Amino acid sequence: MRFALGQQVRVSDRPHAGHCRTPGYVKGKTGTVERVHGSFTNPETRAYGADGLPEQPLYGVVFAQRDVWPVYAGPAGDRVVVDVYEHWLEKA
Amino acid sequence: MTAHDHDHDHPHEPIGSDGEPPAAARARALEELLVEKGVLTREAVRQRIDWLVSRSPADGARLVAHAWVDPEFKRRLLADARTAAAELGLDTGPSPEVVAVENTDQVHHMVVCTLCSCYPRALLGPPPAWYKSLPYRSRAVSEPRAVLAEFGVELDPGVEVRVLDSTADVRYLVVPTRPAGTEGLSEDELAALVTRDSMIGVAGPREPLSASA
Repeated sequence: MRFALGQQVRVSDRPHAGHCRTPGYVKGKTGTVERVHGSFTNPETRAYGADGLPEQPLYGVVFAQRDVWPVYAGPAGDRVVVDVYEHWLEKA
Repeated sequence: MTAHDHDHDHPHEPIGSDGEPPAAARARALEELLVEKGVLTREAVRQRIDWLVSRSPADGARLVAHAWVDPEFKRRLLADARTAAAELGLDTGPSPEVVAVENTDQVHHMVVCTLCSCYPRALLGPPPAWYKSLPYRSRAVSEPRAVLAEFGVELDPGVEVRVLDSTADVRYLVVPTRPAGTEGLSEDELAALVTRDSMIGVAGPREPLSASA
């Protein structure tokens, strides 16, 4: 596990082709690790017949909605939580 | 020698797709191959489909009602939904993980899968059509309060809206807030108030009949 609960992380904004479980709207955004779900086979390689190994740690990362959507209309306290695999996360 | 001159006995007619959606034809072709190779049996496929589509929100509602009447159980449910569900004889499925989150006076959770339609089917049954629709999947993350308002939920600005995007190996179940005036109800009566939509987080539970009478 490279990241710990409460740690700030940034989602990589590198481009990708093919199957990917990191939604585009959080790419390049900075959030905070609020859950560590455990490790799972990598769906990006599994989707093409590989074994998905090595397993990737999966984190629940919480973002302030106003950081994600510059035009977010709701209060500053609103949040979105996205599950992101470790190989998409960088130290913020 | 032709490409078909080999030593096994499957049919070589192309798998037709007369009016069949391409994804369905692909799934059917895949099933044919897996059965032929002995990876699975038709009976196993049938049993699995039967189990999945026979699930209903009643299972999730049992969990929520039990959590409402038993704070210790609620604590266990929020910590480890799979183990807590097993206490009630409920199976959250072979995978993936299921995480339960609690709505309170301060926080309102709602669940979406922006990438496809991930959903806690083992506890809620098949997802509603709107959950899989592009408008819900895009708007639930970018303007959740507007979506909630369309479902009839108007939240105070002081309540934090927390959207859970189940993009990966985790499915989320919302434990809605127990309605006022339900102190005298049995666990079964409470479970009848817990709707599918309230466990997705786009609605509150039903109000008890006595409160609206």
